[in-house]
Order: sequence, then structure tokens, then C-alpha cells
Amino acid sequence: MTEQEILAGLGEIVEEIAGVPADEVTPNKSFVDDLDIDSLSMVEIAVAAQDKFGVEIPDNQLKDLTTVQDVVNFVAKNAGDSA
Amino acid sequence: MTVERETVVVTGLGATTPLGGDVASTWSAMLAGRSGVRRLTEPWAEQLPVRIAAWAAVDPVEIVGRVQARRMDRCEQLALVASREAWADAGAPEMDPERLGVSVTSGIGGIGSTLAAYDILNSKGWQRISPYTVPMLMPNGSAGWISMELGAHAGAHALVSACASGAEAIGYGIDMIRSGRADVVMAGGTEAAIMPLNIGSFAVMRAMSTRNDDPERASRPFDKGRDGFVLGEGAGMLVLESLSHARRRGARVYAVLAGAGYSSDAYHIAHPAPDGAGVTAAIGRALADARVDPEQVVHVNAHATSTPEGDPLEAQALVKALGSAADGVVVSSTKSMTGHLLGGAGAIESVAAILALRDQVAPPTINLEDLDDEVPLDIATEPRPLKKHGAEPMAVLNNAFGFGGHNVSLVFTAA
Repeated sequence: MTEQEILAGLGEIVEEIAGVPADEVTPNKSFVDDLDIDSLSMVEIAVAAQDKFGVEIPDNQLKDLTTVQDVVNFVAKNAGDSA
Repeated sequence: MTVERETVVVTGLGATTPLGGDVASTWSAMLAGRSGVRRLTEPWAEQLPVRIAAWAAVDPVEIVGRVQARRMDRCEQLALVASREAWADAGAPEMDPERLGVSVTSGIGGIGSTLAAYDILNSKGWQRISPYTVPMLMPNGSAGWISMELGAHAGAHALVSACASGAEAIGYGIDMIRSGRADVVMAGGTEAAIMPLNIGSFAVMRAMSTRNDDPERASRPFDKGRDGFVLGEGAGMLVLESLSHARRRGARVYAVLAGAGYSSDAYHIAHPAPDGAGVTAAIGRALADARVDPEQVVHVNAHATSTPEGDPLEAQALVKALGSAADGVVVSSTKSMTGHLLGGAGAIESVAAILALRDQVAPPTINLEDLDDEVPLDIATEPRPLKKHGAEPMAVLNNAFGFGGHNVSLVFTAA
């Protein structure tokens, strides 16, 4: 899975759950500050990302994933490990 | 001695019901005598003895939007839709948010979300439950969402009393204004409970109509052939305001919310007390609180749900409470058209009572073909003009009763 593919997949998830258009889900955006996503929706996004990319995102790591790029990096690094 | 107190008036109305997505369409459908009851074609209904209900005419998701809707129970969505209409109708007053309150409730709360989350828990595990499940199932969820929508900081409340909830919430709005806690209160009730568990639970009590082959004629309050209530869904909202605040901003006033009366049967958890004393007491206390004489009452929007037990009991209690003045009162049960909205009932029926007062016309009770001999009242079967009885302003009542023995009566007088 390329970073572009992960980014596109993440954009679809964020649009579905939080209503933010997928094309606004760009790497340097912060979920909370830029995309206005609250912690409850972030949990939902994380679970959807786990299902889509086959990656477990533990709670203690989820809190460090503040930007879109953070999630893309995490998925790129861990995809396949836990699928 | 009469204590001086704030007069509470109604300056905005909102509704989304089985008859229409707003107040105007609901009211015109009521005057036209239309039924909102439909056959349930969902596969889950096949196993049930009751296969009729009254869905909201307009899906609230269309208005609140898909993303917002996935964070809100359907009853919360309906409440939000009705509160937006009521707020706009009141002129969306610019005001101190510390003086703006909310009193909005539901009889059951987010039961649809509870059931959906339980299915996901069992099929996919706890991690797949929506993180919004708790705010979707809690019965105060609608009050919370509406407080956010309006930026209301004076307090958001959600009194629960089963099918009396909507009326009780409006009554609590009076208290908020009279006690000086708020100048304006969004008050009302909502329900979205058309689901197999709820229908099964009421059906097993033998409380629901099983007239499955004739949905539009199933809800027939006061008729000899009635066989139970029909479940409806929707929400009703009133913007309550102190008269002084309404005057300062030049608001249009629909009616005075003159008073509320309450009682508790303390008899049985689901059956009304057979002597109707609690209902009589609630009506009497409402008139006393409103400082209204029975002779002023021209119309009652009755609770009458179309159950064999409840309808005559309410009718006889009304006669006891109003005495000889009951002869001049035109009674309607709009549940004949909307079905029973449970916690939303007292709210949309208050909207109907206020519009009856404004237009001086009582809506019909449809399907009343053979009046029960135990109902000693003048029930409107067609829209009926309302006439003032004396020099004092016309008054109308709205009754609402709930399992648990809760009785609430509200009094509105002409502006």
C-alpha cells in the first residue's frame, strides 16, 4: 500500500464519519485543530482505519496521532503486522 | 392574596409529526382530518400482533444531514428539527444566553440507538459500538443538543414521566420563567420508538390497536370500537417567554401559557386509578394555577389514546373537574390522526391546542363513529368553531398522562 493509497483511504473514512470532504484531508492537517474532529469521532475513525488497513491502533498510540500524516505513517509502518 | 408573578407566553412553535414536517402542514392536515397511520411493511413487523404505526412524515436525516445524524438518535434529530422551526418562528431573538433555558424531554429516550448498539456489541464486539452511543441513548440528549444549537446557558432539563413527559417539560418551562431563572425557554417533547421491542412490549400489555387491516381507522379515541393506541413518532416544541421580555422585543404572542397542574395516582404502575381522581385533581390544579374559571374553557385537547380503559376515565374526570361548565367545552383527540407520540404527545398536542385557540377552531377527532356511552362530552368529529363564553379570555386545556401514574394538565389562554 503506498502512502497515496493510505491517504485516499483515510480521506474516505474521515468524509464518511466526520463529514470533512476527502480532498481536505491533507497530510499536514491536524484532526482536532484543522478538521474540527472531536475525540469521540477520532475513536470511530481509528476503528474504521483498523478495519480498512488491517492495522491495530492501540489507545496509547492513538493519542499521539494528531495529524493526517501521523496516521499515514503509522499505517504504512504497521500494515500487515497484525492483519 | 395574589402573588405577582411573570406571565409566561408562547412566542414560537415547532413540530414534526406523522402529518407533516412542520407546524403548518401538521395543523392543516389535522383540520382536514387526515390520518398519519400506515401499515408497517418492514420484515420485523411480520412477527408482531401489531403491524401499524405513524412514522414522521419527513425523515429528520434529510434536514440535520447525514454526518450530524450519525451522532444523534432519531428522537434527538426530530427534537432538533422542531426546535429550529420554533426558534425561527419566535424570530430567533438576540438575547443573553444566560437567560435562555431548555426543557425538552422524551418518554423513552434513544431506544433505537440502544438496540442498534446492542446488536453491534453482540455481532462485532464493543470496539465497533459508536462512541456516540451514550449521548444517543440518554433521555436528556435532546435537551443537550438543543442547548448547543441555541447556545442556551440558563439550564437544560429533561423531566421524564412516560407519556406525560412532553407536557411536564412545558410545565417546567413555566417554573423556570416564573422563578426568574430564564426569560426564554425552549420546551417540548420528542419520541422515536417505532421498533419491534417497543411494539412488542406495549402489545404484550394489550395496550395497542391490532386493527392491522385498516390502519387509518385504527386510532379511534372515544369510539365504542376502539381497541388500543397506535404508536406514532415526532416532536413538538414551544418557545416560552416572559411577557415582559416578549414585549421588550416586540414578539408576536400566540397565547398565554397560563398554568400547569400535576398529580400522581399512586395506584398502579401502568393502570390509571379507576376513580379518575388524579386526573380531576391535575385539571383542577392547572385551572387554579392559571387563575382561570372553568367557564372560560372552550376546548380540551384530550390525552385520549384510544384505549378501552383510559378514554372514558379521562372524559368523566374532565366533567368532575369542570362541573357544569363541561357542557360548553369542545373536546378533541388529535391522536386519532397522529397516533400516540408518547413523550412527544403532550408537546405536539399543546401546539394543536394553541393553534385551536389562535384560529378559534377545534380539530376533529376522526374515526369517532359510535360514541362510547361512558363519554359524557361534546367531542368534535369535524372542525368546530370555538366561541368565547363570557368577558374573560378563552382558555384551552391539554392533558397528558403517563405510566407511573403521572397526570399533567396545561392551560393556555388567548393572547
